[in-house]
Amino acid sequence: MQNDTPILVADRVHRHFAGVTAVDVDHVEIPRGKITALIGPNGAGKTTFFNLLTGFDKPQTGSWTFDGVALQGMKPWQVARQGMVRTFQLTKVLGRLTVLENMLIGSKRQPGERLLLFWKNRDRAEAARALEILERFKLDTKAHDYAASLSGGQRKLLEMARAIMNEPAMVMLDEPMAGVNPALTQSLLHHIKDLREQGMTVLFVEHDMHMVRYVADWVVVMAEGRIIAEGTPGEVLSSTAVVDAYLGAHHDTDLRQLIREMEA
Amino acid sequence: MDIIWNSLRELITPTTAAYALAAIGLNVHFGFTGLLNFGQAGFVAIGAYGFAISVMTFGFSTPLAIAVTLLLAAAYALLLGVPTLRLRADYLAIVTIAAAEIIRFALNSSAFAKWTGGANGLYNEYSGWLKDSNPYASGVVRIGPWTFGSNDLWIATVDWLVVLATAGVIYLLVCSPWGRVLKGIREDENAMLSLGKNVNLYKLQALVIGGVIGAAAGILYVQPTSVQPFDFATRMTFNMYTMLILGGAATVFGPILGSMIFWVVMRFTDELVTIGVEHGLFDNVTQGSQLRFVLVGVALVLLVVFRPQGILGNRTELSFDAK
Repeated sequence: MQNDTPILVADRVHRHFAGVTAVDVDHVEIPRGKITALIGPNGAGKTTFFNLLTGFDKPQTGSWTFDGVALQGMKPWQVARQGMVRTFQLTKVLGRLTVLENMLIGSKRQPGERLLLFWKNRDRAEAARALEILERFKLDTKAHDYAASLSGGQRKLLEMARAIMNEPAMVMLDEPMAGVNPALTQSLLHHIKDLREQGMTVLFVEHDMHMVRYVADWVVVMAEGRIIAEGTPGEVLSSTAVVDAYLGAHHDTDLRQLIREMEA
Repeated sequence: MDIIWNSLRELITPTTAAYALAAIGLNVHFGFTGLLNFGQAGFVAIGAYGFAISVMTFGFSTPLAIAVTLLLAAAYALLLGVPTLRLRADYLAIVTIAAAEIIRFALNSSAFAKWTGGANGLYNEYSGWLKDSNPYASGVVRIGPWTFGSNDLWIATVDWLVVLATAGVIYLLVCSPWGRVLKGIREDENAMLSLGKNVNLYKLQALVIGGVIGAAAGILYVQPTSVQPFDFATRMTFNMYTMLILGGAATVFGPILGSMIFWVVMRFTDELVTIGVEHGLFDNVTQGSQLRFVLVGVALVLLVVFRPQGILGNRTELSFDAK
């Protein structure tokens, strides 16, 4: 990457719900072309921060730029068109459409969506591209099945594939590994790394420290709405203060050992 | 045998055609986009009165009257859609049903009777163009077991041509990427937003297109008869939902088939009741026709239980949970 400026810069983003502060981020930068993990305990405001950045929720104050473009006040679909595409913690596949139709909707290059005629050739080209991506995600055999017939893990894959179909500069994944079996987790991690190889920036929310250590280039830690630490995985995850305070002092100990200690 | 033939005659009557067309419009809202429009009767009323008043009061030529009426319906759709479509789905339902009733009461009121005829409605002095262009020989035309007045047959012909042409356009629309986006919105609005689709704009387009089709149905509806404000009550909309569910929502020919079956069954039960009265089963027709709606209701319940996707619908589509 020739361009070393951060792709996303947010300042003083504040969101409170009826007196409860959900997000109070003073300043954060997301490095371009890297994989950044956003971690923190439950209720830290990670998903709310995601919603704010992507326009699905509006902060009381704050400003942020994506690739130099100010995004605050934009509608979610406008944010997506700037090249910042998100997925959801609870997957949102379009159930009564086929897997391939889900992918084709992901494309942003279909003039036929504006009630224009002569879209057939473009659809054919986009379908070829979609099948290529589906093949990478091992969903090509499911292309003509209803998306609602997919398993939970496959839905996660489809949602990620659909986001890629949109050719974003940055992909934001909200807990991509939640509820996915270990075998599929491996392939998801592989896909996330693959996004980086293709020049995309990735920001993802995750709980599992092993995953974060394995895949992330940069880690941002949130707690009680604030950003309390950031750095490389090595720095952040070895900081006992961070680990103890926000992930629990015993997060790495065997439960049986804990019980023995308590009994003693 | 007469009872069968009389019932089957409903397959091709202008009323069946007009209802089919309005249900096609409603299908764009409900079946494809997931918009809960409970006031399709309002669009039909705008079509009927808009056309009749344009011709009778303002003396517009027929093509101009049609154009003005359809534009009026589009404006009405924008008026309803712009403030409500960004809210949750149920708000559109409330606003459409209320607006349709406002329209009906306004048309029924004596305040505007100069133009609308108030509760008396409007006599048919607006379909001269249709009668003048009738190519069939005057008098009674026999087709198979049925006889039609020449004018009625011509109106039915025109109506069904409009219905088929509209169904063709809808087929092209819903198979296009635009139709795909509508179905995506029906499935999950937030997913569509996250992929850069301007959901509200698409919903507005769907509301306008379905509403304009509803108004066109209103124009057809009043050609063979007069304009009666009572016709445009909420029951009209609910009958259309019945047709949609019967034929299969989100299919192209579902609303047409639904309208045909609906009117055949209505006529059939009507005839049954008449026979029942003749044989002393009921005291009078009023008593019997209440039983008729019970029969129709039971049939609908059975349909929803045993074939919830309708006749043309796709069972696997419905076997999934809504989300």
